[in-house]
Amino acid sequence: MTVALHAEWTKFRTLTSPLWLLLGAVAVTVALSAVATSAVSCTTADCGSDPTRISLVGVDLGQALVAILGVLGVSNEYGTGVIRTSLTAIPRRVTVLAAKCVVLSGAAAVGGTAAVLGALLTGRIVLPDLSGRALSLSDGPTLRAVFGSVLYLVLIGLLSLGIATAVRDSATGIGVVLGLLYIFPIVAGTISDPHLRLLLEKIAPMSAGLAIQATTDLPSLPISPWAGLGVTAGWAAAALLVGGLLLCRRDA
Amino acid sequence: MTATMTPLGPPGHMPGRDSFLQLLHAEWTKFRTVRSWVHGMVVAALLVVAVALLAGFSSDQKGASPVPIGPGGEPVADTYYFVHQPLAGDGSVTVSVSALSSSLSDGLTGLRPGAVPWAKAGLIIRESTRQGAPYAAVMATGSHGVRMQDDYVNDRAGLPDAVSAGSPRWLRLARSADTITGYDSTDGRKWTEVGTAKLVGLGSTAQVGLFVASPPTVGGGGTAGSVSTATFQDLRVHGGWTAGNWAGEQMGAHSPTFSGYPAHGSGSFSRSGDRYTVTGAGDIAPAVRDTLPTGGHLRDILTGTFAALIAVIVVGALFITTEYQNSMVRTTLAADPRRSRMLVAKSIVVGAVAFVAGLVGTAAAIPIGTRLASAHGVYIFPTSSSTQLRVALGTAALLATTAITGMACGAIFRQGAGAVTTVTVAVVLPYVLTAIPFMPAGAADWLAKVTPGAAFAVQQTLVPYHQVASNYTPYYGYYPLQPWVGFAVLAGYAVAALAVAAVLLNRRDA
Repeated sequence: MTVALHAEWTKFRTLTSPLWLLLGAVAVTVALSAVATSAVSCTTADCGSDPTRISLVGVDLGQALVAILGVLGVSNEYGTGVIRTSLTAIPRRVTVLAAKCVVLSGAAAVGGTAAVLGALLTGRIVLPDLSGRALSLSDGPTLRAVFGSVLYLVLIGLLSLGIATAVRDSATGIGVVLGLLYIFPIVAGTISDPHLRLLLEKIAPMSAGLAIQATTDLPSLPISPWAGLGVTAGWAAAALLVGGLLLCRRDA
Repeated sequence: MTATMTPLGPPGHMPGRDSFLQLLHAEWTKFRTVRSWVHGMVVAALLVVAVALLAGFSSDQKGASPVPIGPGGEPVADTYYFVHQPLAGDGSVTVSVSALSSSLSDGLTGLRPGAVPWAKAGLIIRESTRQGAPYAAVMATGSHGVRMQDDYVNDRAGLPDAVSAGSPRWLRLARSADTITGYDSTDGRKWTEVGTAKLVGLGSTAQVGLFVASPPTVGGGGTAGSVSTATFQDLRVHGGWTAGNWAGEQMGAHSPTFSGYPAHGSGSFSRSGDRYTVTGAGDIAPAVRDTLPTGGHLRDILTGTFAALIAVIVVGALFITTEYQNSMVRTTLAADPRRSRMLVAKSIVVGAVAFVAGLVGTAAAIPIGTRLASAHGVYIFPTSSSTQLRVALGTAALLATTAITGMACGAIFRQGAGAVTTVTVAVVLPYVLTAIPFMPAGAADWLAKVTPGAAFAVQQTLVPYHQVASNYTPYYGYYPLQPWVGFAVLAGYAVAALAVAAVLLNRRDA
């Protein structure tokens, strides 16, 4: 495992694209948060809703770059044929996949922390006259939202890695991931049967997982914050399981 | 591919033009022989239909009250407090309005005083009390001055400014056969004509009287219920009419457009001397998305377009990135070294296939989805067949242009994941963001004007009305740009992406 980890880490740090993707994820997260917080109209003291969630809205966009990072971690190897070398060097395929997961999680956690803290700081600067406790890491719900958003980004990376392992192509892989993230909630929005709609919102990886960002009005959420993040974790686990099974059974 | 190896065509043909046709043929052969690309386009069409089926089957509005339909065939709100009596033949009715005050629903405390710009208090002549009946009315409003409105959609301005005890407004409606004329006055002596309305199907006896309506107010992305009270004086009928007893009642209390009175509010009517105090809620106006919660429109049925977009973007990107991956692109460019022509040929092929997929998908989804939704009791906002054609062609063009943009970005990035993400985020994310409840209308409109997502305007079938305050935002199906202008924004992005791709393709080694 140490050898596999070392190999994956070497691949990761010697390519330039992962670094640019992580920097890009931080940049677009902070940028979208800045735009959203300056666009929102603060007519009441609490900005009519949830200042923490508005500040962290950049994660909606930043996750797309983390998803590319996850997809490319596997599909690039299939594209160039390096996967055969990797699997010849370390024939235990599960070990290779596990090492990829560890390296990706570490990278996504570092990039995600920078992105989420940057977004929160932007919110603090842009949103005027917040009551003292809001947008501070000493506030329990805000800390939970920040920590949960980083975990969410890591899980999105792992979900993308699992899907890319299953489909072995970067364009198709990212298409499936973005469909799951963005289209699932949009389609759920057209369901007029309230029970079915609520169910879909509970099981969609994005709308469930981002419940972790809510700090006010928790009962109105389709799912409680930690349970929502659990749903996203379930999606990531299922994708990795399917990807892992296919990796072990198919020719590379 | 062998065909493109012989760049000279048969004698008598322009060689350049002929070789472009061969290039086109070569690209088409590549496309149709890769099974997963063809499957991707079929999946795109099926996704449009599948979501329409899902939206249709999942709707559950059975048992909802029927939606009132106005004389023009459009859905209308027809709820108001009416103090009326039947009057036969020709005649006139006059009143003065000296006060109009409104209260808004306030979640916790019940009611608080507030402004309702389109609160209405005035005179009305209706064919009957039936929901959706033809009418003509002249009224004082919260902050839009005196208006004359008829048959729900027509609106004309009279005297400006709000009414007060110091500056009341006199209103008059005169009937002559099926023509109603509205007048206003600041003193009850000097009258100005505001407008006339011809009511189709007005019988000899009409319902005449005072009405008060108070539509919900818009704010913070939602609406709040309201109730308004007006003070009338000097109510008299003249001309050929003789007054009997005035009877007051709430009209349209069970209409699906009526959300009821706010807590601690109710409709009423009282008389002391020649003073009438009337309290009412609701609105007499065309229905919009906000005021008709049981309604649906074509865009809801075509939500599968979002899913289809991702499929065509993936196929568009793969159409060129695969060539880079297996170095086929060198053969392609060796066969025809004018590189930009390859981009044009690929655009035509992938655009045409995506257009056909989109057209087949929407042509099936619109009738199936609307029928299913109607069968489940959903009222679908009416659309003319030319509008439906525009929605179908526009959606197909949206998919085609997005596929071409995906292909162009594939040529720029030479790698699938980046291309797919860029185009998907650019087209889909604006909609995801406008659906966030706290997104202010200004920001949502801006996103729907400058991002490629502006092209979803081709799916708009709803009509905004200046005399109805509502959430006219992209999320509710009202786009800031005209359908084809919105599409032109996307087309502009596609052309820009193709231009960048052409420059890079010519500069870089393949």
